[in-house]
Amino acid sequence: MLAFTLKRLGLAVLVTLTVSVISFSLLHLSGNPAAALAGENATPADLEAITRQYGFDRPLPVQYADWLWNALHGDFGQSYYFKLPVSSLIADRLSVTMTLGVCAICFALFTAVPLGVAAAVRPNSIIDRTALFLSVAGQAMPSFWFGLVLIVLFSIKMRLLPPSGSASWQHFIMPTIVLGYYAMPAIMRLTRAGMMEVLNADYIRTAHAKGAGAGRVLFKHALRNAIVPVVSLAAVQMGFMLGGSIVVEAIFALHGAGYLAWESISRHDLPTVQALILIFSCFYIVFTFLSDLANAWLDPRIRVG
Amino acid sequence: MSTEGSASKPIVNEMKPFLRASAFALVTALSCGQAFAGKADDTVHTAFTKELESVDFYYQSAREGTILSRHIWDGLVYRDPKTGEYSGNLAESWTWVDDMTLEFKLREGITFHNGEPFDADDVVHTITFITDPENKVVTPSYSNWMKSAEKIDQYTVRIHTERPFPAALEYLSSLIPIYPNEYYAEGGPTAMGLKPVGTGPYMVESLEPGKHYVLKKFDGYKGPKTKAEIGTIDIRTIPDINTQMAELLSGGIDFVWGVPTDQAEQLTTMDQFVVANEATMRIGYITMDAAARGGENPFTKKEVRQAVGYAIDRQAIVDNLLKGSSEVVHAACYPTQFGCTDDVMKYEYNPEKAKELLAAAGYPNGFETEFYAYRNRPYAEAMMAYLADVGIKANLNYLKYSALRDLQKNGGGGFGFLTWGSNSLGDMSAITSLFFEMGDQDFARDEEVSNWLKEGDTSVKDEVRLEAYGKALKKIAEEAYWIPTFSYNANYVFTKEVDYKPTPDEIVRFFDMKWN
Repeated sequence: MLAFTLKRLGLAVLVTLTVSVISFSLLHLSGNPAAALAGENATPADLEAITRQYGFDRPLPVQYADWLWNALHGDFGQSYYFKLPVSSLIADRLSVTMTLGVCAICFALFTAVPLGVAAAVRPNSIIDRTALFLSVAGQAMPSFWFGLVLIVLFSIKMRLLPPSGSASWQHFIMPTIVLGYYAMPAIMRLTRAGMMEVLNADYIRTAHAKGAGAGRVLFKHALRNAIVPVVSLAAVQMGFMLGGSIVVEAIFALHGAGYLAWESISRHDLPTVQALILIFSCFYIVFTFLSDLANAWLDPRIRVG
Repeated sequence: MSTEGSASKPIVNEMKPFLRASAFALVTALSCGQAFAGKADDTVHTAFTKELESVDFYYQSAREGTILSRHIWDGLVYRDPKTGEYSGNLAESWTWVDDMTLEFKLREGITFHNGEPFDADDVVHTITFITDPENKVVTPSYSNWMKSAEKIDQYTVRIHTERPFPAALEYLSSLIPIYPNEYYAEGGPTAMGLKPVGTGPYMVESLEPGKHYVLKKFDGYKGPKTKAEIGTIDIRTIPDINTQMAELLSGGIDFVWGVPTDQAEQLTTMDQFVVANEATMRIGYITMDAAARGGENPFTKKEVRQAVGYAIDRQAIVDNLLKGSSEVVHAACYPTQFGCTDDVMKYEYNPEKAKELLAAAGYPNGFETEFYAYRNRPYAEAMMAYLADVGIKANLNYLKYSALRDLQKNGGGGFGFLTWGSNSLGDMSAITSLFFEMGDQDFARDEEVSNWLKEGDTSVKDEVRLEAYGKALKKIAEEAYWIPTFSYNANYVFTKEVDYKPTPDEIVRFFDMKWN
């Protein structure tokens, strides 16, 4: 088990390094970072000065090695754009993103799993059809559109919720719904499919036969098995929500890490982008690892394997 | 100072324009008869689209930064946005001692927001700091025309320029805010970015970098700008324009600008808002690779370049797409800039003539070419449709500004639609000289034009400048190195409680705002 964990950890480090090398190269290939830093109105002399100041005239591998060396020493450098330490900048933005991500995945799980179970118990019923409709709608509706519709209803018409910002818990309600709804359909369909399969299994019939209550059979026997792939999926979705909630963060003016990453790319703010990529890849690795642990707890066969 | 859109356009704005438009239509259709806060708490709530990198003016390049700087700080000179005339700001008066020395008598009795008194030391420290390459200001060209500043006595200071620089007053009024020397020496750009201190009509009460700025009226303000009437200006960064609209409609903010034309038109139907349209100093232009920097191409022939001018109905693009205060522009500068003249060859829409010129140049059936653009894709596409009508088949390459800029530096992207906002500077050296003096975006490489422009840039005599600039503009138009297209405009939308008249330099002045 230890060898397995160490191997996976080593692989994760390699993946992280590869991602950072590729992103570093792509950022440099996609345009002159000096031009992005200087802004639209810079003169050629401005560009030249910035190129020299930031060392963009050095060979790419040297620039990368320089960054890596500092990063390994815990120094992510200063944001080219904000002129503030990258670590404090990201810490500030990450709290918003984490809050949103955790709320959204909880929202998605607590609505999608019961709906998926209900749909599996009564296939082709009105519940199943409603669940199907919700999941199709969730996949089909772009999140910026859904976000704006919620704003129109709850902020402009009903005046119940603030349209943008992150000052209070009320500010997170609509973004949570929008982001969570996006993750919901996949979780729901997977729960439904898993449950349908498990409910037809022999041991469920046995459980019923020996007189176990319906609720106990459903949640203790069936769901425990059906949920294994859902946990893996939720972990991936969580990673996506932390790094990819760009649109939702932009619409609700949340100033989170996803939006910071997107904007930093177009600003060629290399230290910020590199640090964020590192953090996002770590998130994926950690969540995948945690989902493995959770699955091992849920399914003893995985522990043995 | 990039304005709407620019290189870092929010992702949402790039997505599915139809859905965005219909979402907005839904927003406006459903909302009517709202009540608004604002006047009651003496606060104008507004929004920035862009995350501002720093409030320290010298360490940012956004229009939002310029707007904040006009409120927090003062320059030595003030330019009246309505008349364009210069008057003293932190300086009382000035004289040119010689072609390269400007002497200022400073105003006495002015204090900074932190109580520090203003005198010559502040001016000398600011200029010494920003002209030192070690300090890495973001846009060195704002300040590197100055060699040094010298204190003569406590209220007299001299600025020595690197070369004769007639646009000095324009730069000093727009781009050189003066900082308190003791505070800046101690805290530098970091302190100034987090807790700015100036002499302007508003002081910063609180700020969260890139997110939120609260300005409070400075009661001790003594300069030529209007003394602020509105107590507090609360600015939040809201990247998506639709969300800004939602905030406006739900009463969360009172004032927005940079509203797209279609949305502004819908808002004019709502009673509770005022929609104002005003010109900006940004103009569009079509550049062509006359100097064959990217290799042999049809645009090395004058007839082909002129044909492009005749082929495009710029008036129709203005009437149907830009609307508002936009106008067709004929010279390679913004009409109100010093030196700019309309007395140049004009290319009215005449597709037949364009075809004749193409035939004369040896392209009776037209040709195929790459066409580059970085903003306002619909405008670029309209131009391509006109070009196709005369036989020029243009393939659009739509790039990020930084990528296009890089391409042009190396001689690529020679045929394209670009724009320039001149940093809101009222002198044509801020545009024409920048693009026609053999720089990396000069695809004309015309020595005569370059020399005339340099003559205009370095003479302190107005008549010499006007003549030299006039000759350059005439030749640029006649040779059709550029086909200037149109000037841009901006829409400002605010609640009826606010009384405000926008100015053509696209700088929002909250100190000119009043409650109705």
